[in-house]
Parts: sequence; C-alpha cells; structure tokens
Amino acid sequence: MVPIAYYLVLAGVLFCIGIAAFLMKRNIITIFMSIELMLNAVNLTFVAFAHMWHQVSGQIFVFFVMVVAAAEAAVGLAIIIALFRVRQTLNVDQVNLLKN
Amino acid sequence: MNPQLLWLIPTLPFAGFLLNGTLGRRLPRAAVAAIALFFTLAPALIVAKLWSYMQSAGAPLALSISSRPWIAVTGFSVNFAFAVDHLTLIMLGVVTGVGFLIHLYSVGYMEHEEGYWRFFAYLNLFMFFMLVLVLSSSFLLLFVGWEGVGLASYLLIGFYFTKDSAANAGKKAFIVNRIGDFGFLLAMFLLVQHYGSLSFDSVFSQISAAHLSGGLLTTIALLLVLGATGKSAQIPLYAWLPDAMEGPTPVSALIHAATMVTAGVYMIARCHVLFDHAPAALTVVAIIGALTALLAATIGMVQHDIKRVLAYSTISQLGYMFLACGVGAYSAGIFHLMTHAFFKALLFLAAGSVIHALGGEQDMRRMGGLRKRIPITFWTMTSGVFAIAGIYPFAGFFSKDEILYQVFTHGGALYIFLWLVGLATAGLTSFYMFRLWFKTFFGEVRFTEDTQHSHGVHESPPMMTFPLIVLGVLSVTGGWVGIPFVLGGSNEIEHFLRPVFHPFPALEVPFVPELVSGGATEAILALISLLTAAAGFYFAWLLYYRKPGEATRLANSTNATRFAYKLLDHKYWVDEIYQRGIVTPLLAISRVLLNGLVDTGIVQGSAWALTEGTGGLGWLVRRVQSGNIRSYAGWLALGAACVIVIVLFGHHPFH
Repeated sequence: MVPIAYYLVLAGVLFCIGIAAFLMKRNIITIFMSIELMLNAVNLTFVAFAHMWHQVSGQIFVFFVMVVAAAEAAVGLAIIIALFRVRQTLNVDQVNLLKN
Repeated sequence: MNPQLLWLIPTLPFAGFLLNGTLGRRLPRAAVAAIALFFTLAPALIVAKLWSYMQSAGAPLALSISSRPWIAVTGFSVNFAFAVDHLTLIMLGVVTGVGFLIHLYSVGYMEHEEGYWRFFAYLNLFMFFMLVLVLSSSFLLLFVGWEGVGLASYLLIGFYFTKDSAANAGKKAFIVNRIGDFGFLLAMFLLVQHYGSLSFDSVFSQISAAHLSGGLLTTIALLLVLGATGKSAQIPLYAWLPDAMEGPTPVSALIHAATMVTAGVYMIARCHVLFDHAPAALTVVAIIGALTALLAATIGMVQHDIKRVLAYSTISQLGYMFLACGVGAYSAGIFHLMTHAFFKALLFLAAGSVIHALGGEQDMRRMGGLRKRIPITFWTMTSGVFAIAGIYPFAGFFSKDEILYQVFTHGGALYIFLWLVGLATAGLTSFYMFRLWFKTFFGEVRFTEDTQHSHGVHESPPMMTFPLIVLGVLSVTGGWVGIPFVLGGSNEIEHFLRPVFHPFPALEVPFVPELVSGGATEAILALISLLTAAAGFYFAWLLYYRKPGEATRLANSTNATRFAYKLLDHKYWVDEIYQRGIVTPLLAISRVLLNGLVDTGIVQGSAWALTEGTGGLGWLVRRVQSGNIRSYAGWLALGAACVIVIVLFGHHPFH
C-alpha cells in the first residue's frame, strides 16, 4: 500500500506548481488552468485522507469542490470571453483599467 | 407689593434691547427712541413704587425672590435670586432715575448720528445688566451683571467703531477690566471652596458667625478689591477710564460716571461684612482710594479736553468713595456715590451740550465766553461745578465732608495723613473744576463760529436741557438727605442705610446724635474743607479769569515747574510704563512662546504631522493597489502562506 506521505507530497508539488504558474503566467487562460490545478491538488489530499481514515466525507468534499470548480469555470470563461471581446487581449498586465 | 415685580425691573430694558436690536434698523428714529424710553421709564416707575412700599410702615427691611436652581451640582447650587434692601434701593433709584434722564438726553444728542438704533439697543442692554448687578443676591449673578456692563461699556466706547482710537479704547477698557475680573473670579472660587455657597446671605452669615479675621478673608477681600479697582478705575487699573471718553458723551455720563464705575464701590459696600473682618484689606482700600483721588486730581488739572477733565475727576471722586469704604464709612461712600451720580452725570451732559453747541469741539482752549450763548447749559453746569467743588450747600459738600470727617476721626496717624490727602484733593478738585468753568464759559471767545455748515452756537433742544435742569436741581438738593447734625440736619441717609450696614442694633451703641456727630470737630473740618474749596476757586479765578495766560507762564517759569507740568501733562507716563512694562513683554511672550512655540509648534505642528503621516501611509499603501492582477495574486499567496505559518507554528491561544 502506498503511504499517505506520497500522496501529500504529490499534492503539495501540484499545488506549488499551480501557485507558481498563477503568479508567473500572463495569459489569463493559463492562470485559470493553474487555479484548477491547485483545486485538484487539494482534491487529491481530500481523497488521500478519506482513504486513510476510511471516511466518505472527504470524498463528498471532493465532489463539492468539483461542482464549485465547474460553476466557477463556467462563469470565469464567460468573463474571459467578454474581456477578450472588449480588450482584444488575454494578457492580464494589460487589463489594469481600475488603476488610477 | 408683589415681589415678583422685581423680575420685571431688569427684564424690561432687556426687552427694549431685543426690540431695538432686532427691529430697530427698520424702525423710524422716533419709534426707536420711544421704545428705548418706555423700557427705561417703566422700571423707574416700578422702582419708585418699590421705594414707597419699602418706606411704608411695617414693610420688611429686605425683599427677596429666587428662581429654581440655575446651576445645581452636588452640594452647591445657585439660583437666579434678587434681593432688595435699602442699599439696593438707592442704587436702583440712581440707575433707573439717572439712566432714564440720560436716555432722554440721548434722544436729542444722538439725533444726527448714524446707528441710532444700535446706540439705544446698547444703552438698554447696559441698563439690563446694571440692574441685574445691583439686584443680585449672590456673587455669581452679580458677576453676570458685572461682566455684562463691561460688555455694554465695550460696545458703547467703541460705538464709533470706524474710528481707530475708539475701537482701541474699547479694547483697552475690556482688557484692563479682565485683570480685575480675574481677581473677582478667584475670590468667588475661594468663597465656594470655603463656604460652599455664593449667596450673600449664606456667605456673610457664616463669616460673621465664625468671628475669624484670618488670612483667608483678607485674601478674598483683596481679590475682590482687585476686581473693584478694575471696574471702578482705581490704581492700578484706572488707565482705561480716560480713554473711554471716546464713546458718545451720554455714554460717558451714564456708564463712565454715574453707574457702572460705581459698581466696585457698591460691591465693597455690599460685602461690608467680609471687609469688616479683614481690616488689612480695608486699609488697602483706603490707601488706594486716597492715592487715586490725589493722582487723578493732579492729572485733571492740566487736561485740555473737557471730557478728559471730567474723566479724571470721576476717577478722583471714585477714590473718595473707596476712601470712605476703607474707613468703614460705607454709608458715606454710598452717599457720595449718589450725589456724584447726580452732579457728574450733569457735568458730562452739560459738557455734551457744550460740545453739541460748538459742533463737536472738545478742546477747552478753543472755547470761552459761552456763558451768554448757552445760558441753560451754563447755569446747570454751574450747579454741577459748585456741587463737585464742595461749596456749601450743594450736594457734593455734604457727601465729601462726611467722608473727610469719617477719615479724620477713624484714628491713627495713617488716617490723618489720608485725610490730608483727601483735603488736598478737595482743593485740587475745586481748582480744576473752576478752571474748566472759567475756560469754557468766561473770558474771550476762542472758537470760530462756522455758520456756513451748521446753525452756529446754539442752545440744545428741550429734550436735552430738561434732564440738565432736573439733574441741576438734584445737584443742589441731593446732598440735603445727609446734612450732619452739627449743621442742623439729621443725616437721613445714614439712618436709611443703617439696617444694611449695622444689622444688629443690639451690638451697636445706641443712636445718640451727640455720640454720632463729632460736634465741634465736624464743624471745624467742614470749615477747613470749605476754605480749601474756596482757595481752589481763588486760584482758578486768578489764573484763568483774571490773568489768562498766567498759568502757562507759571508752568514755564522754572525748570522744576516745567518738569512738574510735563509730568502731569503726560499723566505720570503711566500709560507708557504699562506699555513698556506689561504690554510689550506680554506681547513678546505671546509672540514667541504662545504663537511661535505652542501655536505654530505644537498645535499646528501636530496637525501637520498628522496630515503628513496619513499622506505618507496612503502613499505607501497605494503601492499595493497596483492594478496588476498578478501582484494581487502574489499578495494573496503571501497572505495565505502567512496564515499557514501561523496555524502550523503559532502559539494557539485556546490551549
């Protein structure tokens, strides 16, 4: 049986990759994807712990997260499309109209 | 008589003030005058009724009314409370009576002036506060009136506020009085601390019950004297009164001669219980009074402005009243207060009439020979001059003589000296008043008649001469209520005031005329002061009638006289000394310490530091709001990392 630490390390690595991409990337789609990556890293820990403790609640949480992520993706992608139509760009550094 | 009527006495003039102050600008002059006169006549009538009631058989010696508490804190409360005893009656009579006459005179005098409504509103306001002052039966309410008359005085001195000198004179009067008021306030604080009350009855009964004459009472009394020297223009705070002559002449007559300036004397007489237990303070009062009387009289000798002569003479006469109070002869002081109110109001009004006749000329060097031109003014003024000079049987003779007699018989070398000072002052008074009289009404004509722009020298209208005549008669007869026994009188006023100043007849020597009057001594003293007054008259006659110009020659004859004249002409350089010694250092301290350090440094500095600090912080925080989404994300991640660090390694507060 694979020890729990492996799962957690994997989840941590995935999460850090997500954060790094989130902070570094300029393309808003990539940023979106890195958010999904972070969410799934968390999902992985949930599942791992659920398996370890033989509890279902962790898995139920994962479903919740997936549902929220799906809803968020729908809204987020809609916003991205709207933004692209207005600004003709996906570069977040050029989307700073609120400043000043 | 319903005591509630007492409330009406001050509130009526206040109503007049409100009416004229708010609507007066739009009303015709006649209406303004009618309002002002009505609201001063009505309280005068109430006072007359009150007087006859208090004199009737079976009337109480004092009436008092009081409202619900005005200020109430634990263990200390003050009501609006009025009380009328015989002392208050005299003051009420003087204030409302003379006040009404002067209102009447002002209607004529101010005819051609701008700000007619403003003038009468202020005058009524003054009447309100003055009546509060004399009616009050507690220190606090007296202080309200005290400050209020100061305010009215300030407003009226600066009535011609477009003139720099008038505005400055108003400020000077107000500021100098603040120094005195500071003493008054401290005295009140001490009274509250030690007696827990400010009402006259309570404080005085506690003082007379304790039979203490310690340093505390002396301190309180001296602080009150400081207040009185401010209001009554005594050394060291007299300097404001001559400048107060910048106000219209009726104001000088009402406020700066007859009523307000006597408030200090009234206050000392009112607090006689306190002062009787503080003999040291009384001695100070006597010395201040005598010195002020002499000092002001000497300055008055060389003044050329007719109103300034009268101003210095007012200071000098107030000194007499202080002297009387200082030897415990309060009724003599109040007697002189009353006769002085008559003849000094008369003198000012007559001087006003002269000024009016000459179209605003106040310098006596440009008067002369007016006797035939303005006869009513001349004759009434003559009555006033004879009264103040102390010529028998005019009013001033009796009151001044009573004071000098009381000082002489007080005992002790100091009081003999003070009597001499008083006597010398009487001679000087007679001299400078007759100087004024001769220079104004006799001799050659020294004014140039301007018939083009005005209608030349003319007698004042009846509106102005009527008060002059009434006051002229009072200046003759006003003293007859205090004719001493030795001259065949019965000293009515002493009897009248006896319940106020000697409330415990059992403790007093029974009232025997032979004991009270000094007999031969009094007659001799009266003769001496009459001779002194005659000497004053003689020298004035010699120098200003017989040989005009002689005075100038005399003043320039030797170095010593030249110096003496210069000294008097510059009023002993007191204004300059105050300017150099007090005003300039105070200004310097204010500029450097208060303005420079405290205001600019601390007050403005802290505000500046606050704005700069907030601005700087804002500048710093604004960097965070870059508008760059990735930087927001970075902050977010950093925050989350911080939270995790705290959760993992932080000390959990609940364990």
